[in-house]
Amino acid sequence: MLDRPLNVLRSIGGGLVDAVWRLGYASRFFVGVLMLSGTAMRRFQLTIREVYFTGVLSLIIIVVSGLFVGMVLGLQGYDTLQRFGSASALGTLVALSLVRELGPVVAGLLFASRAGSAITAEIGLMKTTEQLSAMEMMAINPIARVVAPRFWAGVISMPLLAALFSAMGILGGWMVGVRLLGVDDGTFWSQMQAAVDFREDILNGVIKSLVFGLAVSWIAVFEGYDAVPTAEGVSSATTRTVVTSSLAILALDVLLTAFMFRGVV
Amino acid sequence: MATPNLVELRNVVFAYDAARPVLKGIDMAIPRGRVVAIMGGSGCGKTTTIRLIGGQLKASAGEVIVDGESVSRLDDGALYALRRRMGMLFQFGALFTDMTVFDNVAFQIREHTDLTEELINDLVMMKLNAVGLRGAADLMPSELSGGMARRVALARAISLDPLLMMYDEPFAGLDPISLGVIGQLIRKLNDALGATSIIVTHDVQESLQIVDYIYFVSEGRVVAEGSPAEIRASKDPWVHQFVWAEADGPVPFQYPSPPYAQDLLEAGRA
Repeated sequence: MLDRPLNVLRSIGGGLVDAVWRLGYASRFFVGVLMLSGTAMRRFQLTIREVYFTGVLSLIIIVVSGLFVGMVLGLQGYDTLQRFGSASALGTLVALSLVRELGPVVAGLLFASRAGSAITAEIGLMKTTEQLSAMEMMAINPIARVVAPRFWAGVISMPLLAALFSAMGILGGWMVGVRLLGVDDGTFWSQMQAAVDFREDILNGVIKSLVFGLAVSWIAVFEGYDAVPTAEGVSSATTRTVVTSSLAILALDVLLTAFMFRGVV
Repeated sequence: MATPNLVELRNVVFAYDAARPVLKGIDMAIPRGRVVAIMGGSGCGKTTTIRLIGGQLKASAGEVIVDGESVSRLDDGALYALRRRMGMLFQFGALFTDMTVFDNVAFQIREHTDLTEELINDLVMMKLNAVGLRGAADLMPSELSGGMARRVALARAISLDPLLMMYDEPFAGLDPISLGVIGQLIRKLNDALGATSIIVTHDVQESLQIVDYIYFVSEGRVVAEGSPAEIRASKDPWVHQFVWAEADGPVPFQYPSPPYAQDLLEAGRA
């Protein structure tokens, strides 16, 4: 009689315990990566090489998306602002939206799906094909040699990509607002310059992108290293990286925004 | 003082989960300078055994001694120091796919030594020459055949002249020529380097030609052992079935199942 509700309760409890266990395991892994980061720092060319794969190869998608998002902001912003006769504030609107919010968040989401998934798949496949085991048997710690450089490369790349995304977005907004819709060029830039604060807006945006970079890189290397060493295991690890990273970015964004811009403390 | 046996397993028990032990008390002694094969059917615990020797797994009970050190009692630093004296050939080579053949062989030398690139070049070329692939130095692993990949992996495994070489299924999936080449290389390299080799395999005929001693493992226990001549002459039904590749015998052809008639009748009713 009571079997069904008990089973439901049991499975909820089991799921919860699993989730907490996994979080603990991932945290221990994170600490392990930090402790074994010596090689990635001392032989910095290892990290630089990974910056190329995670950062430089993500440039196209970041630049193009930034441009498009900025253009849309220009179109939508102009339409709304013009109703109140303040189309001249378009530069401020575009810049603040991008620097504070869209830059870090959208670049983070793109970074998770472009670079995060690639990191997970690469490490997962290295595990599947016993490359990590082979390294261990050569007395080389794969966390120090393979995982840490990829992790730090992600942390370094993400703020740079987010900054580039914002810059391209502002350019896109300018193209639409000034070139297409006829907002005054000087007003566009001077209003932006007056309204955007370095510490309040730009620095906070950079902090956001740094936090997102840490989160995505951590999730990506952990999922790859922890992947079940089969084709199916690597594919589900890759999916989990994208899903978990995206949710983590959005959740962290709420938290960070609340602290940074609403004076919650 | 150097012990006469490079590797010793004393009553080693290992289980991934407590209900199903993989090894149920294995004793082995592998003398220095010899090539020893560990044979048995798939899933009998052969690969587990060499992972225990390499310290990738820790024994649940018993002791694994390599070069006088108990592997399961070593901390990470000491284990890594011990592994520098070991080389392992993985079943499918496990070459680093993002590096050329040359860089694969040079990998360990670059990581563990401060030699100049000039010296590394000489060392790598010597190792590649030993496996006959000096001409393939600039190829990527994806451009190699299975047999070539295995030989590159072999060159990589011996790059630092290990004391102990371990081969995990070195003959699996190779054509007869590559198979013969790998077999000869294992023997020659062992003798030339003064190393000791352990081969985990189920390829009976090839291994009988090159090894000095054989352990047969079944269901987590050593069921037979001896020199190749002794194994060929063995009357033990288990060894006989394995060496002569008979389908049925002490190792049953059928997975444990209910009586055949019962299964057929039940299927008819369903």
